[in-house]
Amino acid sequence: MHASLRRIYWWLIAPAVLLMLVFYIYPLVQVLWISVTDPVPGLGNYMELIERPLIHRIWMTTLRVCVITTAVTVIAGYAVAYAMCHVGDRHRTWMMFCVLLTFWLSVLIRAFAWVMLLRTEGIVNSGLQELGLIDEPLRLVRNEFGVIVGMVHFMLPLAVLPIYSNMTGIDTRLISAARGLGASPIGAFTNIYLPLSKPGLIAATILVFVFSLGFFITPALLGGGKVVMISEYIQVSFEETLRWGQATMLSSTLLFSVLLSLALVARFVDLKKVFGAR
Amino acid sequence: MKKDPRVVFGRCVTLGLAWTVLAFLVLPMAIVVPVSFTDQYYLSLPKEGLSLQHYQAFFEKEIWLAATLDSVIIATFSTIFALILGTLCAIGCWRLASNASEAVRTFMLTPIIVPTIVQALAMYRFWIDLGIMDTYIGMILAHTLIAVPYVVITVSASLANFDVRLEQAARNLGASTQQTIRWVIMPSIMPGILSGALFAFTISFDEIVVALFITSRKVYTLPKRIWDGIQDHLDPTIASIATMLIAVTLALLLTELWMRQRRQARLTARVDTGEG
Repeated sequence: MHASLRRIYWWLIAPAVLLMLVFYIYPLVQVLWISVTDPVPGLGNYMELIERPLIHRIWMTTLRVCVITTAVTVIAGYAVAYAMCHVGDRHRTWMMFCVLLTFWLSVLIRAFAWVMLLRTEGIVNSGLQELGLIDEPLRLVRNEFGVIVGMVHFMLPLAVLPIYSNMTGIDTRLISAARGLGASPIGAFTNIYLPLSKPGLIAATILVFVFSLGFFITPALLGGGKVVMISEYIQVSFEETLRWGQATMLSSTLLFSVLLSLALVARFVDLKKVFGAR
Repeated sequence: MKKDPRVVFGRCVTLGLAWTVLAFLVLPMAIVVPVSFTDQYYLSLPKEGLSLQHYQAFFEKEIWLAATLDSVIIATFSTIFALILGTLCAIGCWRLASNASEAVRTFMLTPIIVPTIVQALAMYRFWIDLGIMDTYIGMILAHTLIAVPYVVITVSASLANFDVRLEQAARNLGASTQQTIRWVIMPSIMPGILSGALFAFTISFDEIVVALFITSRKVYTLPKRIWDGIQDHLDPTIASIATMLIAVTLALLLTELWMRQRRQARLTARVDTGEG
């Protein structure tokens, strides 16, 4: 391509990149900077990661909730995607419709629906009580159970879509061949189908885990202050105690955890495909 | 040929499992609809009859309408800016197709990866320095930044299917860069731009975390009101808003489905008549 023409195309890119550098990257760098300079220069803020039991507990809660959410979401999403690949067109359209409706609906509204259903005077509890199945209302929200339910609900479409798009590329004749050669249905699935669907599974696992780590809205609403994950703790330490050093240190740690998870899996899968698949 | 009973059983289990998961996805949202018509003053299923009182509350109370208006204004402007910046960037990267432009495109995806709370904190700090806290400009700028990656993704995806020779033909016939973009590239990547617009608008209209940090009184978006409503006393008005949002989402999805089917039908018709 002609050099002057190339320059024109770089000019098309420039506004977006400049805006991103000045108003997005610079503020992020500022956060990293504050974490090592406020209140005093040094790594004092990061020592809290090692020293303070409260922060240990919050990180453990975050990791536990994320791991359980990711596992449940990916397994459930796999079942949906698998079924979608093995039904007729009309049936599949309906299933896809359910997934996409959830995907596009406001995350706040979805969290609201769950609070409404699960709280002590909520619809699940009052329904069960009217049926005489329980005497005391169950504690379904303001605990890790409620948070995980809400998170799985949010993450499911993010798992179904990449798994499904990978599965549509699998040649089903391979399964027939395996069956023809004497494999049992389960054997054909575990030895042939499962390995072929691994790229989709890995992509879904990364997406869900990375988004779970920094998830704020649903844990904050369904945890009700009882299950505090790292994101919510950052908000608390910023809003209530105004401890900038601590808030920025936790933010930097969270950011690095996300980047580290991505870097680890980038060795196995093409990340651009994962994010472009949406 | 008789089917292996194990295969039939496996199929039943898979379908049962899949629809259980789908029911888990859809039912909580479905239950919001009857709740929004409750005759009670608190959140519950209708007891004696249906009532529109919570819809009335939405349309009569100043705070809800003002919040909706704020959200619409911010989402509209952020969508416009994100579309312009994102589309130009995607076209530039696609046409250059070098390692450097690939890197730029990856770089533009940063806001998708950064946890929302971290970006909110970062913006809060910088927006204070800029003096744009609690302003429309501040919110529009923030939402533009968050939405640009999605436009870059959707437009890049439709550019990937665009035949480069069309562009070269236009140039050979004497079109300038501007003319080529306007009359050749733009029309054929319209689907990508439209779905980018949908993404951008939805993301801004639904965004809460940054709004919690960088606005306080003057700008009050709908998600922020909903957030307050959920935390305070579960205002039943939210059920009516939720129902309206579900209706809008359904309508958009059905339109998209219908348009895709029509496009497909047209394509098959063309192939059948040997036009294509």
